[in-house]
Amino acid sequence: MSQPGLRASSANSAGSASSAGSVSSAGSVSSAGSVSSAGSVRLLARRAGRYTAAHPGVALSVLALLVVLGWMLVPGWFSHQSPNTGDQASRLQAPSGAHLFGTDQLGRDMYARVVHGASLSLRTALGATGVALGAGVLLGLLAGYLGRWVDTVIMRVVDVTLSIPPVLLSLLIISALGFGAVKVAIAVALTSVASFARLTRAEVLRVRTAPFVEAAALCGARWWRILTRYVAPASVGPVLALAALDFGLVVLAVSSLSFLGYGPPPPAPEWGALVAGGRNYLATAWWLTAMPGLTVAVVVLAANRLSRVRESDRGRS
Amino acid sequence: MAEHEAGPGAAPAVRRMAAARRMAAVRRIAVGRQAALARRIAQAVAVVWAAFTVTFLTVRLLPGDPVALMLTGSNGFSTPTAEQIAEARSRLGYDHPLVVQYLRALADATHGDFGASIQTGRPVSSMISEALPSTLRLGAAALVLALVVGTAVGLLANLAPLPFLRQALRSLPAAGISLPSFWVGLMLLQLLSFRWHVFPTLDGSGPRQLVLPACTLALPGAALMAQVVGRSLHDSLHRPWADTLRAAGLAPGRLLVAHGLRGAALPALTVLGLLVGNLIGGAVVVETVFSRPGMGLITQAAVGAQDLPVVQGVVVVAAIGFAATNLVVDLLYPVLDPRLRGGPAAVGVAG
Repeated sequence: MSQPGLRASSANSAGSASSAGSVSSAGSVSSAGSVSSAGSVRLLARRAGRYTAAHPGVALSVLALLVVLGWMLVPGWFSHQSPNTGDQASRLQAPSGAHLFGTDQLGRDMYARVVHGASLSLRTALGATGVALGAGVLLGLLAGYLGRWVDTVIMRVVDVTLSIPPVLLSLLIISALGFGAVKVAIAVALTSVASFARLTRAEVLRVRTAPFVEAAALCGARWWRILTRYVAPASVGPVLALAALDFGLVVLAVSSLSFLGYGPPPPAPEWGALVAGGRNYLATAWWLTAMPGLTVAVVVLAANRLSRVRESDRGRS
Repeated sequence: MAEHEAGPGAAPAVRRMAAARRMAAVRRIAVGRQAALARRIAQAVAVVWAAFTVTFLTVRLLPGDPVALMLTGSNGFSTPTAEQIAEARSRLGYDHPLVVQYLRALADATHGDFGASIQTGRPVSSMISEALPSTLRLGAAALVLALVVGTAVGLLANLAPLPFLRQALRSLPAAGISLPSFWVGLMLLQLLSFRWHVFPTLDGSGPRQLVLPACTLALPGAALMAQVVGRSLHDSLHRPWADTLRAAGLAPGRLLVAHGLRGAALPALTVLGLLVGNLIGGAVVVETVFSRPGMGLITQAAVGAQDLPVVQGVVVVAAIGFAATNLVVDLLYPVLDPRLRGGPAAVGVAG
C-alpha cells in the first residue's frame, strides 16, 4: 500500500500539468495490486536513485567497480582489440576515438591492454585478500579461543611481522620465492595476515564470554564446534569490514610490486607493469603511464570509498 | 620520640626527614623509570632480533632453493648444473645444519656483517652504509613535509570558512591514500620536469632534486596525518574544556591552534611512528621512479637479482630504524602528556 502512495507522490512532483498528475495517480492506485512485482522493482530503483542523489560518490564507486569487474570477467565485451598484437602503422598515438587510451610503442591499444590486465591485477588482489583473510581469521580464532601458549606463540609472531615494514616484508618473500602473479599475491597476503589475526583475536575475546557461547559449552559442545558454529560467525563482521578496506591497499601493493618488475613477465598487461613499461616514453607519450595508473587510482579510490560506507552510515544514524 | 624533643631543633629535623623521604620517593620513581626504560630498550632489541630471525627463516624455509635461484638469476637465462649448485651451497655455508647457519649469521649480524652481495661480491654492510645517507635525507624531508602538510590540512578541514570547503578538505586525505605513489611520482616528473621544466631531471644532486621525490614519498603520510589530526581536532571541539573556553570567549581558531593541537599531538606521534615504516617501504618505489641512488634502489635491484644477503641486510636495517623510531615515540609520550608521566606503569601503557 505504500507503493501507490509513493508512485502518486512522485507522479505529482514529476508531472508537469496538475490535471495529468491527478489522473496518473488514480491510474496507478487501481493497477497497483496487479503489477506488484513491477512496482517493487520500480520502488527499488527509486530508492537507489534517491541514495545516488544523496551519495554520488558511493554510486560512482559502485559503477567504477562494476565496470572493472566486467573487464575482469568478460574483457571481450569491453574491448574488441587484441591486447598483445599491435599494429605497426599506429604506434604511440595519443588517445582518440579509435584508441581510447592511445597506443604504445608497438602499436598495441592501451585500452585493450588495461581491460585485459584487469583480470590479472584484480585476481591477484582478490586472491591475496582471500588468503590474508582466511589465514588471519584462522590464526586469530585459534589464538583467541584456545588462549595460553597457542595465543602467546601466534601473537608473538604477529607482533614481529608487524615490526617489519610491509613493503620490505613482501620484497623479502618475493626474493625468496621468485617472480610471478601468484608469488606477488602470496607476498602481499602474508603482510596483511597479521592485522587480520589481531582483529579476529580481539573479536573472539569479546565474543567467547557471551552467554550463548557459555551455554553451548555447558551443553557439552566440542571446542571446535563452538568455535566454528558460534564464535566465528559472531566475530567475523568487523573482520570483513577490514577486508574491504584492505582490498584497496592490496590492489596498491600488487600494482606497486609489478611496477617494480616482480609480477608476471612482460607481455602480460598487469596494470603496474603497464605503468612501468611507459616510463621510457614519459616525455613523449604521457598516456602510456597516465592511463593505467589512473585506472589503479580509480579502483583503489572506489574500493576505499565503499569500505567506508558502513562507517559513515553508522556515524549518521 | 621526636615529639618529646621540645624546642626549636625539632622543626628542622622533621623537615629534614620529610625531605629525605621525598628524595627517596623521587629516587624510587627515577629507578622505576630507569627500569622501565631498560625494559623498553630490551624490548626494542628483542624486536630487531625477532625481525632478523623472521628474515632468516623466511629465506630458508619458504619453498624454493635460494642457492639455485641465485645462480639462475631473475631472467632464467642460465641453468646451473647440480655440481654448480652443490659447490655454491658449500661455499655459502648452506650445507650446515639450519641451527648452525642461523647462529653463525646471527653472530655475524651483531658485528654488522650481513655477508657479501651475490651480484657484486661487495660486503652488504658497506653497500648499505654508502646508500643510507641519501635515503635518510629523502626520508627526513618527506617526514617533515608529511607532518607540516598533514597538520595544515587537518587544521584547515576544521577551520575553512565554507562548509563545502571543509567537506572537500576532509575527503582529500582519503584520495591521497588511494593514489599509487609510483604513478604520482611519474606524473610529477612528466608535468614538472618534462613539460614545464620546473625541476630538471639531470641537475646534479642539489636540494632541487630532492623536491619531487620528497613530495611523492610524503603524500600518503601527509594524508594519514591529515586524517588523524583532523579527526582529533574535530573531536576536541566537542569536549567539555572546549565548551568552557568557548564560553570564556575564545575564537574557534585560537581554540584549535592553541589547545586542540596539543591534544592532537599524541595521535599524531603514534602515526609518525607508523609513518617511518611506510617511508622505508615507500622509498623503494620512489627511488626507483626517480632513479635516485639509495637504499631503495639497492633493494629494488637486489630483489630483482634475488640477491638474498642484500635484501636480508636491508630488512634488518629497516627493522632497526623502525624499532628505534617506535622506542623514541614511546619515550616522547610522557613528555607530551603529563598524564602519562609518573612511573613505569604509565610508560607500559604508552608502549
